[in-house]
Amino acid sequence: MVREARGLVRAKNCMEIFQLLIGGLANGCIYGLVALGFVLIYKASEGVNFAQGDMMMLGAFVALGLGNSDQLGLPFGIAVIVAMVLMFGIGWGIERVVVRRIFGQPQFALVILTIALGFVLRFAAGSIWGYSPLVLETPFAGMNFRVGGVVIGMADILAIVVTLILTLGLWAFFAFTRIGLAAQAASQNQMAAYIVGVPVMRINALIWGLSGTVATVAGVLYAAKGAIDPNIGLLGIKAFAAAVIGGLGSLPGALLGGLLIGVVEPIAARYAPGELAQMSPYIIMLIVLVTRPGGLFAQIQAKKV
Amino acid sequence: MRVVFKTSYDPDIDLHDHAWKRWGIALLLAVMAALPFLVGDYYLAEATNTLIWALAGMGLMVLVGHTGQVSLGHAAFLAIGAYTDAALMNIGWPFLLSFPVAGLVAGVFGAIIAVPAVRMSGIYLAIATLAVFVIVEEMVILLAPITGGIGGIFAPTIEIAGIGFDRYAALDNFYWLCLVVVALVTWGYANLMRSPTGRSFLAVRDSEVSARALGINVTRTRALAFGLSSGVTGLAGALMGHYIGFFNYELFSIFISINLLLVVTIGGLGFIPGAFLGAILITGVPQLISILRDSANATLGIDLGGIPGLDTMVFSLILIGFIIYEPTGLYGRWLKLRVWWELFPLARRDMFRRQKTYLKTERMR
Repeated sequence: MVREARGLVRAKNCMEIFQLLIGGLANGCIYGLVALGFVLIYKASEGVNFAQGDMMMLGAFVALGLGNSDQLGLPFGIAVIVAMVLMFGIGWGIERVVVRRIFGQPQFALVILTIALGFVLRFAAGSIWGYSPLVLETPFAGMNFRVGGVVIGMADILAIVVTLILTLGLWAFFAFTRIGLAAQAASQNQMAAYIVGVPVMRINALIWGLSGTVATVAGVLYAAKGAIDPNIGLLGIKAFAAAVIGGLGSLPGALLGGLLIGVVEPIAARYAPGELAQMSPYIIMLIVLVTRPGGLFAQIQAKKV
Repeated sequence: MRVVFKTSYDPDIDLHDHAWKRWGIALLLAVMAALPFLVGDYYLAEATNTLIWALAGMGLMVLVGHTGQVSLGHAAFLAIGAYTDAALMNIGWPFLLSFPVAGLVAGVFGAIIAVPAVRMSGIYLAIATLAVFVIVEEMVILLAPITGGIGGIFAPTIEIAGIGFDRYAALDNFYWLCLVVVALVTWGYANLMRSPTGRSFLAVRDSEVSARALGINVTRTRALAFGLSSGVTGLAGALMGHYIGFFNYELFSIFISINLLLVVTIGGLGFIPGAFLGAILITGVPQLISILRDSANATLGIDLGGIPGLDTMVFSLILIGFIIYEPTGLYGRWLKLRVWWELFPLARRDMFRRQKTYLKTERMR
């Protein structure tokens, strides 16, 4: 009798952890997607775009503005695709108008510049859509699967699947296509790449656009799981931790870092005080930075003269 | 154009390259000391705020401007300074003791953080400091018995030898206190920069590899710079706590870190006066915006107060403008103007051309 009860409790605990795991994985995928945006730009120009979280926010809002029935009211699929194209344009435009001007300046100039850009984007979204939370209408809202006591939301499954596909696609893009290889060459030695005929500037603009598109996908997936407001861009800091844990410049690393953070966070929130859960991504990041300064998939060796 | 003819090595390391500069600074100090008699309480409070920001800016300037390490988490050290000072005074320590201890605690914390952090460089360090900031912010909430948690904490009134330095009851005295602290720190900072330690900071900033080749212990130098920087920032935090009077963790938000970065970047990286110029800008612009907003409201009937986040937006645009068009900041612009004036009409455009560096990666794969 007692043993039976204990077994039941254990099964329930197991179920709970599994439930937390699924939610964590889906969240982690979104962190991973935003982190992918960081990594894309880092891979192509060794710059870090601190406005990536705000690009995600803007992407979600553009999709919302196009798709919601009280706004433009386009069908969901079309709205998302148009939003992706628009955000490609915005990313490309940011590179053309602002980032290109500081080409050849020290790295931290870009850090400060993109932090400021993030505030501008937040202000723009805030003045168009307001600061109160809005909900993106999706055709799969409220769709759940029940697998032996564990409830899995359609949005969660979609987040995981889309992230896996995108990561694979981007990895293939950098590993096999001409443009991807050119982008890697440009990041390793700008001058040399320029001399052998890589259009460094054009490739940078393209990569910024691409990261805008990835940010939109992340934003839509995030919005599908809850309400959005212009301050969700702060999630970018967490995604940043993910990118660093994986080692900036490594696409699978970014995804892994995102998943790690996404899974640890809800479990810490369940079994530890709330503040510790808030801190957990950064504590993991600090531990990784201290023990492996280049991240789990380190790509930096000792500085050469 | 003034030509300084140097006949020995001493003038090279003098604090001021000619006597006029010394007199200029003496005059500035005299004007600043007489300020309570010249302006009203409102502007005096603003001047105090500017001094505190300049102090914090100098703290960050050591790190960013002179050692070349970016920190996105300096609000953490402001918070540590403010909370240490307030907590110590609440258990009965006198201000003269708690104030230096607050700086010391922030500095030691910064140096401890720096030991692992200095192994990283550039972007990684910036991110690590950001993480430290978030952790400190959460720690403030966790340590509720000391820090007052979410509710906040009162900074007690300062009293030295029976004289009150309350921010409201005796603003003049508080202003003078801030002025003395800022003047002392500035003097120490300027002297530090002409000492071997200060020169080793510059060497580490300009080229780590060559600094190491010259026998500088890069890790120790960076940790020292980090500790000094956070210590001075902690002092500024303690003063800021007294200036605000009642504060909780929200006072030290991520925006404060970014504003601090703004102070040093817009002021002019690598110049001590830059911290002051940046502080004037950061405390002056919100006032200017509110004045403009009021006048727009009165004359045109446009209510700009209804747009939230306008201040941050204007700051961001200013920052973007400076990064693109004048990366050396306000002080750099002033130096250029002065050279142009001194050489008139011989100054040429290309004298100030920025040098571009082309990226060569440190990633080997």
